[in-house]
Amino acid sequence: MVVTFLRRELVLLGRQKADWLNPLLFFIIVLTLFPLGVGPEPNQLRIMAPGIVWIAALLSVLLAAERLFRDDYRNGVIEQLVASRQGLMAFVLAKAAANWLSTGLPLVLISPVVAMLLGVEAPAFVAMMLTLLLGTPLLSILSVLGAALTMSADKGGILLALLILPLYIPLLIFASAAIEAASMGLPYSGQLAILVAMLLLALALVPLAVASALRINVS
Amino acid sequence: MFKWLHPLAKPETLYHFCGRLFPWLMLSAIGILLFGNLWGLVFAPQDYQQFDTVRIIYIHVPSALLSMSTYTMMAIAAFIALVWQVKVAQWSVLAIAPIGAVFTAISLLTGMAWGKPMWGTWWEWDARLTSQLILLFLYLGVIALYGAFSDRQTGGKVASLLAVIGIVNIPIIHFSVEWWNTLHQGASITKFDTPSVHPSMLWPLLISLLGFYLLMLALVCLRLRTAILEHEQHRPWVRATLGGH
Repeated sequence: MVVTFLRRELVLLGRQKADWLNPLLFFIIVLTLFPLGVGPEPNQLRIMAPGIVWIAALLSVLLAAERLFRDDYRNGVIEQLVASRQGLMAFVLAKAAANWLSTGLPLVLISPVVAMLLGVEAPAFVAMMLTLLLGTPLLSILSVLGAALTMSADKGGILLALLILPLYIPLLIFASAAIEAASMGLPYSGQLAILVAMLLLALALVPLAVASALRINVS
Repeated sequence: MFKWLHPLAKPETLYHFCGRLFPWLMLSAIGILLFGNLWGLVFAPQDYQQFDTVRIIYIHVPSALLSMSTYTMMAIAAFIALVWQVKVAQWSVLAIAPIGAVFTAISLLTGMAWGKPMWGTWWEWDARLTSQLILLFLYLGVIALYGAFSDRQTGGKVASLLAVIGIVNIPIIHFSVEWWNTLHQGASITKFDTPSVHPSMLWPLLISLLGFYLLMLALVCLRLRTAILEHEQHRPWVRATLGGH
């Protein structure tokens, strides 16, 4: 069932390319703004790079989150799913997976180029890719949660940011700590393990909360 | 206990129950807070290292503890509201949230005022301070989420759901000083077997804490009464009680 839903999501994303291309472009544009804003001093950029990349990633995932459930809510898909009393969890998981495939994965793939632009060197650069690879699925799951909570709210967009950004903070802390440790040549497997733990915990519990948020929003 | 609690799920009964409780809670809160804070702020001894700045503890620690226990209380109410669909539980979530937010803000502000002379900085991004800041955002998120829905029923349910989800932050705040090597010191009064605060400071602190708890409960009673009146304003019992038209 998850596969069916996932296929549907991917077909929809293939037809609405702006949904996943815009966040990616946004990511790149935010990244180019930083050197212009703080000055192109290479050493300074290299130190700030992990934080810059992660904040740009958070914001671009957030940009994609707003549209996650909006169309499905408006055309009644979610109402039908809730009424049919099955497949809601599969739907939620497929949403999160499709969201990651369309916004998280491109960020991971583009991160080598970004690292080069900001002058990040080898150990920190590998850590950056690894944290993005482990962290972006968590971003997707949490943004699905935020989108579900605010689905039928009047002022959804800005509220979504207010709700979800605080939840991103622990992820941001451990991801930047891992990259920082790597750039100083220290082991960072501990921070990565915590990222995996947070991801697994979210994967187990958040779909339950999302499903009940969807039910509340259509009832 | 259910037999005793169950009638309170009826808004009218709860309104009168809170009304009877409120003056006792408020009077004892004022009395105990005056006693505890006067003792702490004026008569308790100075610290040998921190001198008079240690007196911030009599506001800072109670408000920080309260910010967490108020959140736990709110999350329990939210859970009851979601699972058993008790509407007064849902109203009490929104009655509790601003009180908790204020306690959290007080603990952060007094902590900053204490941090400046002792740590030499207003703010440090360590685990305890960051997780406490997230707690403030969670409170504000609950309030904002409720306000974003035109239908109060849906807004209340969604806000309750967020309150339940946010409970994961409470153990993180509590254990942050053990899990991470933080600038913020470890727990000193919640380990009762070997308290690391001298009795001359511990007693005023515990009394202040009790006063803060009573104050919180009194404020919750007051806000819950207002919320009940607001939601039930068209019911006959409200008109009968208030003697209006």
